[in-house]
Amino acid sequence: MNAALQFEGIDKSFGNVPVLRDVSFTVGAGRTLGLVGENGAGKSTLMNILGGNLRSDAGKMVLEDRPYEPAHPKDASRAGVAFIHQELNLFTNLSIAENLFVTGLPRTAGFLINRHSLHQRAAKLLEQVGLDLRPETKVENLSLGERQLVEIARALSFDARLIIFDEPTTSLSVRETEVLFSLMARLHDRGISMIYISHILEHVRRRCDDIVILRDGQVVGEGEAIEFSTARLVSLMVGREMNQLYPTRKKAAASTPALEVERVNEPGIVRDISFTLHHGEVLGIAGLMGAGRSELARILFGLDRYSSGEIRANGKPLIRSGPRQRIKHGMAFLTEDRRHEGLCLDASIADNLMLVALRDYTRSPLRLVQSGRCRQSIDRLREEVLLSPRAHDKQPAKTLSGGNQQKVVLAKWLLARPSVLILDEPTRGVDVGAKFELYRIILELADAGTAVLVISSEIEELTGICDRILVMSQGKVHAELNRDKFDRERLLAAALPREART
Amino acid sequence: MRRRALYFALRQAPALLFVAVAAILSILSPKFFSLSNALNLVVQSAPIAVVAVGMTFVLLTAGVDLSVGAIMFAGGALAAKLLLAGHSVALALLVMVGCGVFMGVINGFLIVRARLAPFIVTLAMLFVWRGFALWVTETRAMNLPDWFIQFGTARLVGVPVPVVVFASVFFLAHMALTRTPFGRQLYAIGNNVENARKAGLPLNWLLFAVYAISGLCAAIGGILALTQLGSVSPKFGENYEFKAIAAAVLGGTSLFGGRGAVWPGTLLGVLLIQMLESGLVMLNADPYLYPIVTAAVILFAVLLDTSRQAILEQRSRRRIYHDAERT
Repeated sequence: MNAALQFEGIDKSFGNVPVLRDVSFTVGAGRTLGLVGENGAGKSTLMNILGGNLRSDAGKMVLEDRPYEPAHPKDASRAGVAFIHQELNLFTNLSIAENLFVTGLPRTAGFLINRHSLHQRAAKLLEQVGLDLRPETKVENLSLGERQLVEIARALSFDARLIIFDEPTTSLSVRETEVLFSLMARLHDRGISMIYISHILEHVRRRCDDIVILRDGQVVGEGEAIEFSTARLVSLMVGREMNQLYPTRKKAAASTPALEVERVNEPGIVRDISFTLHHGEVLGIAGLMGAGRSELARILFGLDRYSSGEIRANGKPLIRSGPRQRIKHGMAFLTEDRRHEGLCLDASIADNLMLVALRDYTRSPLRLVQSGRCRQSIDRLREEVLLSPRAHDKQPAKTLSGGNQQKVVLAKWLLARPSVLILDEPTRGVDVGAKFELYRIILELADAGTAVLVISSEIEELTGICDRILVMSQGKVHAELNRDKFDRERLLAAALPREART
Repeated sequence: MRRRALYFALRQAPALLFVAVAAILSILSPKFFSLSNALNLVVQSAPIAVVAVGMTFVLLTAGVDLSVGAIMFAGGALAAKLLLAGHSVALALLVMVGCGVFMGVINGFLIVRARLAPFIVTLAMLFVWRGFALWVTETRAMNLPDWFIQFGTARLVGVPVPVVVFASVFFLAHMALTRTPFGRQLYAIGNNVENARKAGLPLNWLLFAVYAISGLCAAIGGILALTQLGSVSPKFGENYEFKAIAAAVLGGTSLFGGRGAVWPGTLLGVLLIQMLESGLVMLNADPYLYPIVTAAVILFAVLLDTSRQAILEQRSRRRIYHDAERT
């Protein structure tokens, strides 16, 4: 088998967390290779290395028998490697033709663009991708599926010989997906090599010649697509040993509802979401990237609107506006983006810890802050969450490590004791030791009666700390499992999007 | 579909606003709707028009140039000095144009090379060049010889010279923006800088050129203003940055970049502002009212721009699932 691209022993770590370990595999010339793996398995990192956005720590790549070391995305496209991302790289205010040739617009003798030749060349490319549109149509008037085809036409315009599709069907309709697949088949016939990344395993099995499975940054399986059943792919993707310890709960959840969600809908984002979160309960929301989990959290906290349904906090209906009302009802939300939204980076550790509860530490009538009482609470908190003893109270929060930062973010809620706490990816980018402490804080809050909603891409973590898990996929809750029914394969199977329903 | 209709209305807002204001003024003042007044309007607005063209280039890249008024002043002061010292008109004008380009290049250098925010760079340069010009003129008004003003009223085959300049600048700018690779790439930058960088567009060069063009246009606008005023006073060129930005935005050019045009957009915007000002004069409105009315119209234009942007963002929001009926 001739090779279009070979990965040989690729290693990559961020900080001291290894993301890729000795990754080696080959994309055969003219073949389509499916790359599958859970969130965080290392697919994106590998593709970033291939695309020249990142450099590997060790190992090498060979593109068509020549060493390939892209230092910049430009190097990748010059070498004939093109990426079709979920987020498209088109200029929406320009026409299709202008987008296709933006760096090399054909000119007449003078300075002016030769529109005739531009549109002729564009039309030829559009025909190749089967897009029946006039080249002067503005991209902003195209559907997402059509835009994707334009992007593929652009890849063809600079003679791409290896095209990487990264979750290309996530925002496509069923028909658009079929159009894309028949185009991929035509490209395949023309001898163009492809890497296809998707969570929809049926698609991968149908579209690809070969499959490579990544888990925890390592290749755990590879072979021809016909060798793999969907069930086998799932078990290869998951098959990780439990290697994390979890703290234990001291109290069981109460049966009084803290947050009730009834048939919440927002077209195109979430549909028919209903669940009840009880006081003292830890409820997990599992799902793959783009399943609508973070979007749901934003809706629950009043940051985004929803078109129908009802949300009640402690029995009181929340009208459809803003987070202020939610906060008054005792709700709190920790976003995915800890550094920008959860923490005042330049403020001191002490100030960050006191941020939410400060009102309770003031004395009337002037509402001056009682610094003595504050200091006591800060000391107590620091001890409780085992914050790095080397860090000084007055030190700015940004000087802490990721794990310690997140401890500060969570610890401040120990003082405020919210009745509903929504956590979006609370342990992302946190090392194993700190994770345990974070779990302890979360469970301690639950023991004290806080209702906790945890969104996480790590299924293992959810099975470790949750009383109950909801699994979301394509904007909908697809499964609900109680603690005694937790099963990683079942969870992942429910999280994978079905081949689009018709 | 109602949203689509609203978006269409927002896109046509400059033209609708222009027609509305013209109609109202025509009803209120019978003198307003006449050929001579229309021509007057064009002549009077020529300096701002040319500056606003340069500003449109800058705004398209999501930048801003606050130094245009100061560049007019600094170039004008040097030109006046040369003229009064007995040098030729050609030399004076050449120096003024050269100054404009040079000062634009300095803006571009600081923005591209030193990676400073356009807002800060050009705000600082506003004070630098204004200070420089005050120093050159010793804060006195410099009156140009009478024969110089005649350039402003001269005619070329029956058309006033300022109108000829006005029209040529607009024609060249329009061609550059719509028909040259340079122009189309400016739109690309304004749409998404990150994509433009990834696509390998010559980002630095393009931004450099944009600020140089803005400086050049400021200088040409300054020359037109000189021929109309006949003197360089310490207030020369003041508020031009504001009016130029206002004209461009009124004409539908977005402050967020990537959207807008000199024809018909900026042209409509310039005429709209001039029309408002001279309309208020004709109606004998309280002079203190002028800035308030102008500011209100500009705020309105920015409001339109922002709601247009919001609709665009909503339309391109990523969807998580697709309804069966959409397939």
